[in-house]
Amino acid sequence: MKPDGISGVQPEPSTNPWLSGLLIGIVGLYIALLLGIPVVNIFYQAFREGIPAFLQHLTERELLSALRLTVLTALVVVPLNTFFGLCAALALAHRRFPGRALLLSLIDLPFSISPVVAGLMLVLIFGRQGWLGSWNLRVIFAFPGIVLATAFITLPFVAREVLPVLEEAGTEEEEAAKTLGANSWQIFWRITLPNIRWGLLYGVILTNARAMGEFGAVAVVSGNIIGRTQTLPLFVEDAYRSYATGSAYAAAVVLSLLAVVTLVAKELLERGSPSRRVF
Amino acid sequence: MLALPLAALIAKSSSVGWAEFWRIATDPVALSAYEITFVTALLAALVNGVMGTLTAWVLVRYAFPGKKLLEGLIDLPFALPTAVAGLTLATVYSSNGWIGSLLAPFGIRISFTRLGVGVAMLFISFPFVVRTVQPVLQELERDVEEAAWSLGASRWQTFWRVVLPQILPAVLTGVALGFSRAVGEYGSIVIIASSIPFRDLIAAVLVIQRLEQYDYAGATVIGTAMLGISFLSLVVINLLQAWGSRHET
Repeated sequence: MKPDGISGVQPEPSTNPWLSGLLIGIVGLYIALLLGIPVVNIFYQAFREGIPAFLQHLTERELLSALRLTVLTALVVVPLNTFFGLCAALALAHRRFPGRALLLSLIDLPFSISPVVAGLMLVLIFGRQGWLGSWNLRVIFAFPGIVLATAFITLPFVAREVLPVLEEAGTEEEEAAKTLGANSWQIFWRITLPNIRWGLLYGVILTNARAMGEFGAVAVVSGNIIGRTQTLPLFVEDAYRSYATGSAYAAAVVLSLLAVVTLVAKELLERGSPSRRVF
Repeated sequence: MLALPLAALIAKSSSVGWAEFWRIATDPVALSAYEITFVTALLAALVNGVMGTLTAWVLVRYAFPGKKLLEGLIDLPFALPTAVAGLTLATVYSSNGWIGSLLAPFGIRISFTRLGVGVAMLFISFPFVVRTVQPVLQELERDVEEAAWSLGASRWQTFWRVVLPQILPAVLTGVALGFSRAVGEYGSIVIIASSIPFRDLIAAVLVIQRLEQYDYAGATVIGTAMLGISFLSLVVINLLQAWGSRHET
């Protein structure tokens, strides 16, 4: 009688086509309204006047100088935070010491602080009336301010991606290398780095995406001087406000391509490891 | 890099003095900005708590055409710069946009109203719940559900009594993460909202407005209030995560 008992198990809910169809429909509609249609709209608006018009908007001087500033900022911030994130992850992995939890949540701080508040903090340090205001460092309303704000916002990404990989890899291989006489530099290059390379790469990609797209923190410190301290995301807002919709969408397409590259890279890197990540 | 800016903020806000701090922090414009920010963010996070759980469920349990595309779109709010999100949402949901024009005949305006703030917050906080619930749902033991069915539980009972209690910590963590992100959001909201006090002015925009008027004390006090909420949600997130992993090791 046993086989009967097994076949008597009710079918799983997923086999009910009505219910699953309804749920898929609801989710599909929600995502289309919130994400799908807005994305299609970016490209529709950018190319609605044809490709020549798009190219003309794309090569406007203000847009190009904003793009240059954004790329330059990323070129400074990404290596800086990659180095810092790697150091932080190496220092925090496999070690338990008092204050470790505090340090971990401190590193995560930029995730939970509003970018605007982050920018405000920098103004309070480096601004005219700030702590270091009397030193007359040209930080606020200048390139160093943009770099600092971006670096603050993107600080956690590399450490956050590398740390779990390091913890998972364990210390056995490194210890084996040590007993075989490898020095710490060799251990890092030959063992640690190959172990964490995908996590590191992913962290770098996320850092770059955020660095190029950051708006709130940069808006506070940059002063938004057209052609000088205006990054590409700031250009988008400025163009939209001055009814230069074509230029706004041309810049938006450039930034969207950055997002597409990021998502594709994420997809490729995730194929190797089964674990899902929350940014 | 992290501690110094924080110290500067706290030092500045304590230099204002208690009475003054309280006066600025509870100014009617500021109070209305908090209310708009926090209540709208909470509502957006809760809506995404339901929709995100449903999305995770659909992605884990069902196979259907277009699933890959759906899956790929989910992380978009993480990757798309917020200014671009604000720009396209403002266009699509404006009264002559693709979606806004469908609602305009019913007198519903989204862009440049508080609803627009809500839509932007829904957009940026959407991925959190999906991405926290999905891995938990994937690892659920199907035997328990099958046991419930074989004991005669209905589909709804099985979900309510067996599945939901197991994924609830993940759902709430996602809601808290989404809330904290929505509270701090600036880029997309400044574009989609008209930022008129008492209507759709949010706290982050108010900070910037105060800064533009060189009112550093005002900006700092409101910034500190926002920071307090961030810390509070950080504590809640950590507690929820501890609760979620209470059965592990």
